[in-house]
Amino acid sequence: MSKASEQTRTIAVDMVARVEGEGALRVTVKDGTVEDVELRLFEPPRFFEAFLRGRHYAEVPDIVARICGICPIAYQMSAVHALEQIFGLRIEGALRDLRRLIYCGEWIESHALHVYLLQAPDFLGYDSAVAMAKDHAAIVTRGLRLKKAGNAIMTLLGGRSVHPVSVKVGGFSRVPLRGELERLKDELLWARDAAVETVRWVADFEYIDFAPDYNYVALRHPDEYPLNEGQIAASTVLQISPNEFEQHFVEHQVPYSNALHCTLQGEPYLVGPLARLNLNQNHLTPLAGQVLADKRIALPLRNPFHGIIARSVEILYALEESLRLIEQYEPPPLPAAPVAVRPGTGMACTEAPRGILYHRYQIDGDGVIREAKIVPPTSQNQSRIEQDLRQFMPRLLSLPDKEAALACERVIRCYDPCISCATHFLRLEIERE
Amino acid sequence: MGDRLVHHGEATKKAARPRLAVFKFASCDGCQLSILNLEEDLLALGQALDIAYFPEASSDMKPGPYDIGLVEGSITTAEDAHRILSIRRQTKVLITIGACATAGGIQALRNWADVEAFKQVVYPSPEYIQSLSTSTPISEHVQVDFELWGCPIDKGQLLRVITDLIAGIQPRLPADSVCLECKRRGNVCVLVAKGMPCLGPVTRIGCGAICPGMGRDCYGCFGPSEGARKGPGLPPNTASLAKHFHGGLQLIPIEIMRRFRGINGYGSSFLAESNAWEKKT
Repeated sequence: MSKASEQTRTIAVDMVARVEGEGALRVTVKDGTVEDVELRLFEPPRFFEAFLRGRHYAEVPDIVARICGICPIAYQMSAVHALEQIFGLRIEGALRDLRRLIYCGEWIESHALHVYLLQAPDFLGYDSAVAMAKDHAAIVTRGLRLKKAGNAIMTLLGGRSVHPVSVKVGGFSRVPLRGELERLKDELLWARDAAVETVRWVADFEYIDFAPDYNYVALRHPDEYPLNEGQIAASTVLQISPNEFEQHFVEHQVPYSNALHCTLQGEPYLVGPLARLNLNQNHLTPLAGQVLADKRIALPLRNPFHGIIARSVEILYALEESLRLIEQYEPPPLPAAPVAVRPGTGMACTEAPRGILYHRYQIDGDGVIREAKIVPPTSQNQSRIEQDLRQFMPRLLSLPDKEAALACERVIRCYDPCISCATHFLRLEIERE
Repeated sequence: MGDRLVHHGEATKKAARPRLAVFKFASCDGCQLSILNLEEDLLALGQALDIAYFPEASSDMKPGPYDIGLVEGSITTAEDAHRILSIRRQTKVLITIGACATAGGIQALRNWADVEAFKQVVYPSPEYIQSLSTSTPISEHVQVDFELWGCPIDKGQLLRVITDLIAGIQPRLPADSVCLECKRRGNVCVLVAKGMPCLGPVTRIGCGAICPGMGRDCYGCFGPSEGARKGPGLPPNTASLAKHFHGGLQLIPIEIMRRFRGINGYGSSFLAESNAWEKKT
């Protein structure tokens, strides 16, 4: 029963801007306390897991790329690793390096997009990067050129940067000559320096004091900063193989969102650059470590707004790693390892720009998909974003609705949510007689 | 179309910059990303046009009317079917960008799902989800002034169409098959030399023939070409190519069906061809 004196206030963001895809936020405040926070991802579902059924395994990389135009390589990589597990294939040597290289290209492109075009305008007080360019032309141009350097890697190895065409089970449809990779080097060297400048630039932003108690989840690999392979690790003691993902991580549906929420042992957790950097700081390069030390930035980072620093550090890492991989490249004897089709189930987890991306496929003896499951990073972060907003809201209550809503939007943008990815996974269970 | 946007003879110097809006429906964001991938040209575009509505890139969302509206994505919900009507009313020149907006996209694969089976679909909580049983192109809902094919679109084609519109020129893009571009680039024909089921002969030009260039078969992401058989505006000879896949390359009917029922599977001539082979499975 509601008392007449109770005052309910609703703070709404009808369309969260500068994110990939469509989402809205609704916060209900009753008698001065936050009662409810709903991040509503209203982007319509596209049912990939349903229509993957009945398709041939070789079509999977082309189809799953279409889940996300910003991170198609992530979808292709998780898919080919899961399918290769079924076929008992392990990709090593130059082919493994090339996969790592094209994934670095995607991290650079995706992170530069977020740092410069989507999030930096929040810190500098603009509506967009185009508006920001009027006063900060050199900075915006640097960001665009950095993004272009990532795109150049993807285009050389994959034919184009959005929905590349060369990734396949076993390797690539074509691998580059040494000379082709060499020609990228000058631009990547420029980009590496620009990435150092980027870390320095974002380190000097003014940050709100905010440090939720996160359980970070990311891949960990004994020898390298994780991209394609590793064990799934958390700040808590968890250390599991990607095959065990579904035993620990549970998805559930909420009435107001078209994306499933995912929890670990019933609790929200955080995936993405912040989690990855904190759990893998031992694999950073000396240069990245030096730049962080110069700016007196100590890991682990606990503030979600510091995601922009983590992303910038990862741009730098990806550029140094790209240059290393290009330096040691010798073309493999074959562009792809031969595949012997056999029925079975395979799982894989790789590090998409926004965090761990899990795929599971079951195929029959003809190589046709019988079942597919895909858990994208943004649906994993969804509960965590809501929890952060709940914690962040009290300090906004004195603001007028419009300003409070803008502040909430800035919190949401910290996670670089990819709503297009997140809403494509409402699974259909089709029962046939 | 172009002269509706810029009126020649008027004091163009005083004329306000054309207002651009970018709208999103069911899609992957890749075509919008192609706009952001214009890189340095993006800033020039921001000077030539007033980017009035582009939520993915700007928090400043100005109300219509708009001179140029770029539409990404297909119609998959009742709400979106309603929204596109209102967008059409506010937009002078409406351009679809990409396979989703132009042909329904990969998510149009649901259009072949058994409607009865769809009714029996069990979600964890199906009552929360609002979705139509079809994914349809924008042109099934409103009049479209220009269509940009591709999954994703080619950013060069996009820039050309926008600059044509600003200059008051009717935009035109080639609709020949990928083969033409493949030959120009000197690629080895993967259909003839490697026996791959390449869709290049019936697919629209514009991607740069990248698949054969990367040693693999085209999978039709720029949609059906025009004119190879009977002239401009007429469909490509998918039947002949499919016959070669079957008789020459030994593909079985279900494989041919899948071949045409892909990224642009709901594009008219691909749709007809995949349906024809489905009957033979």
